[in-house]
Amino acid sequence: MARITLENLSHSYLPAPSKDEDWALKPMTLTWEDGGAYALLGSSGCGKSTLLNIISGLLLPSKGRVLFGDRDMTGLSTMERNIAQVFQFPVVYDTMSVRENLAFPLKNRGLPADRIAARVAEIAEMIGMRDALDRRARGLTADAKQKISLGRGMVRQDVNAILFDEPLTVIDPHMKWELRTQLKELHRRFGHTMIYVTHDQTEALTFADQVVVMYDGRVVQAGTPQALFDAPEHTFVGYFIGSPGMNLMDARIEGAIAHIEGAQVPLPYGYGAMRGRTQLGIRPEFLSLGTGQEGLPYTIRRIEDVGHHRIIRGRVGQADVNVIVPEDQPIPADANRVIPDPAHAHVYLDDWRVNPARQERAA
Amino acid sequence: MAAVAESKGRGAALVMVLYLLFLMLPIYWLLNMSLKTNAEILGTFSLWPKNPTLANYRTILTDPSWYMGYVNSLIYVVMNTVISITVALPAAYAFSRYRFMGDKHLFFWLLTNRMAPAAVFALPFFQLYSSIGLFDTHIAVALAHCLFNVPLAVWILEGFMSGVPREIDETAYIDGYSFPRFFVKIFMPLIASGIGVAAFFCFMFSWVELLLSRTLTSVNAKPIAATMTRTVSASGLDWGVLAAAGMLTIIPGALVIWFVRNYIAKGFALGRV
Amino acid sequence: MDKPVNNRAWLLVLPVLLLVAFSAILPLMTVVNYSVQDTFGGNQFFWAGLDWFEEVIHSDRIRAALGRQILFSAIILAIEIPLGIFVALNMPKKGIWASFCLVLMALPLLIPWNVVGTIWQVFGRVDIGLLGFTLRKLGISYNYVNDAIDAWITVVVMDVWHWTSLVALLCYAGLQSIPDAYYQAARIDQASRWKVFRYIELPKMQGVLLIAVLLRFMDSFMIYTEPFVVTGGGPGNATTFLSIDLVKMAVGQFDLGPAAAFSLIYFLVILLISFVFYTVMTREKEDS
Repeated sequence: MARITLENLSHSYLPAPSKDEDWALKPMTLTWEDGGAYALLGSSGCGKSTLLNIISGLLLPSKGRVLFGDRDMTGLSTMERNIAQVFQFPVVYDTMSVRENLAFPLKNRGLPADRIAARVAEIAEMIGMRDALDRRARGLTADAKQKISLGRGMVRQDVNAILFDEPLTVIDPHMKWELRTQLKELHRRFGHTMIYVTHDQTEALTFADQVVVMYDGRVVQAGTPQALFDAPEHTFVGYFIGSPGMNLMDARIEGAIAHIEGAQVPLPYGYGAMRGRTQLGIRPEFLSLGTGQEGLPYTIRRIEDVGHHRIIRGRVGQADVNVIVPEDQPIPADANRVIPDPAHAHVYLDDWRVNPARQERAA
Repeated sequence: MAAVAESKGRGAALVMVLYLLFLMLPIYWLLNMSLKTNAEILGTFSLWPKNPTLANYRTILTDPSWYMGYVNSLIYVVMNTVISITVALPAAYAFSRYRFMGDKHLFFWLLTNRMAPAAVFALPFFQLYSSIGLFDTHIAVALAHCLFNVPLAVWILEGFMSGVPREIDETAYIDGYSFPRFFVKIFMPLIASGIGVAAFFCFMFSWVELLLSRTLTSVNAKPIAATMTRTVSASGLDWGVLAAAGMLTIIPGALVIWFVRNYIAKGFALGRV
Repeated sequence: MDKPVNNRAWLLVLPVLLLVAFSAILPLMTVVNYSVQDTFGGNQFFWAGLDWFEEVIHSDRIRAALGRQILFSAIILAIEIPLGIFVALNMPKKGIWASFCLVLMALPLLIPWNVVGTIWQVFGRVDIGLLGFTLRKLGISYNYVNDAIDAWITVVVMDVWHWTSLVALLCYAGLQSIPDAYYQAARIDQASRWKVFRYIELPKMQGVLLIAVLLRFMDSFMIYTEPFVVTGGGPGNATTFLSIDLVKMAVGQFDLGPAAAFSLIYFLVILLISFVFYTVMTREKEDS
């Protein structure tokens, strides 16, 4: 087991990439600490799977290095890297029994029979297939097949890391939750580095200690779920994490004041002059409804009651703005303003968050 | 994935080169001979024609008893393909969408006709078509070839149709389509590649078959393949013309392959992968 | 997936039924008719019962032809199936080279069968054929006209040349349907090349392989034109397979009775073996 470092890594599927769009992965440097539980989050086509396949050695990166500890693994095969990976769709060996499927990776490494048997029994118990061990894999449901795939991924104990590529897509919701819990449990017990690719924020946030968010071939932010929620570094993170995501409104920033739709919003920090598209970002949790002159002009379009709170869907000018109102608070019938909580407002310049402290230093 | 493709290295390329060489050499030899005069073929042994000549091809393309062979073949092949596909389409739809009395037996019985040796049917066909005055007509050969092409077309089309979700039919009916209109406007475009593959196979088997087409014709509908056989035995050893005639029979096949090249692999698996 | 029961579907099947009945049942009836009667020319027929069947079953000539036929089909399957799989495994996966290989491989399949015969007849001749000439130059005695073994080798190689691509194309289609994830998982699991073949590729090819075996069995068992053109069934009767023998009997000697009985037995043998394949095939399908 070792720390995994990606150094100036980039990848293109084209033989001679020239434009920015030609690159599936744009240059990045990233470290995965030994024993961490990571989620790699992003919408489809953002390069998550490419990144995963580079780590496991299925794909050779166009540029940059992959280090395990201090050892350069870039050119080494999957076998030499000693990594386990579970894929999005179940991969089972149809003609083998469940037991043979689970034993397959161990057998290929020449482990003694008794150790294989013990380990297979342990894993079978974990994925809840102890009673089905002698069945042929062919006739099983997609659910069961994916559990076997998961089991095969976890059956080896000495792996450097276990990679999961959206493994729960085909599993039904109840089982999803259970398997995720078991994965966490496994992580606690054996301390493998785990990297879990998903486009589902709930999955990412419940599984991982660290979430890496990718957008358009770039890692836009890596941090704890809390950090991603509190201070999204990129508008995509703000929008992708949270339900509903962060509200973004075009704004003119002057010092510590944001001008939106003729109204003014005070900001916690003063900002210098900026060129480009400036936006004010604030999560629906930190907006409240009001009447009168305070805050921003707001038109309510719809109210959704989701049980523990209500979501107000509406607009400020042309921008869609959502507000979350706790269940016990009344909604004023004539509400026509939203009032932001300045402490949680962020300013974005061309989609990237402006860090006021750093900006002051730069200025 | 690039990495997977890389695992097939030079060994694979070598295997393919050798195999394709094995396939192409005999054909090349035929081409080589077709461009030589008989004197050169029999006189000197050479890997390529020393004095390439198109005389053999000219002989064929200017003599109606030769080139009408091609025309006859193409006529009955096209007739057969059209008939086979036309009757197979509704039948394949029935097999892929409904259960009905005796369906399984019927399907198997149809397939057994694909298994019937042409030699078994040669004589009875001859008598049957003679007695109803169809002997030596294109339609006779086309109908005879239906014996194995219709079952095959049904089988292939059924495979492709089963891949189309039944919800599409239901949606169309709800939208007020009548069956014929739905079938032509919506369903057939969906299985266009299947129709192409089935037509390809009908064309192929009708084009390459000789036993029945020779038995059922004498002059007016005589296929090119039979013309060749006769010429070999009658005019002795006109190797150059024979080779040229052979080369010309390869061309329609090559053209058809070129058109369906993107479906070949799936097509040969009859849509059942 | 349960299909609805609808007996009106028979209407859709009707055209096929009529057409095939016309071109299969009528001729077949004729054959059955002949097989139980005797004729001395003209239109006089006499009931012959099962005599012809007995004659055919006990005929040494037909037994010998059947023996040759079974041997031929067995050799053909034993060579073409493994070779076809091997070629399919080595084919490029996609791109221009894949198309190129596909087109060239399909070419022999679309050559009229007698032209296939002609090609090999010419190719193997020791005076003007590349193969025969080269072998003679190398000091290997080879003459498919006089030597039974050479004739067999020529016919077998010709069939391999003609039909291996069909097996390869079928297997290729099967291989194409395997998602990349399977190969990736196998690499993660550290499976050897042999294990990838044994546990991933072979099971996925099972369906198409059965089609390949079925088609190759049926067509090799019915082979007529190609060996007829090359060897005419000779030397002697060395390459006289069932169809060649049957046509000789029916058209050449006009022995309608025995030929008809022979036809029926021949047909039934193919049917029986094919039915076994078909049953196995559909059962495998329901399994998965």
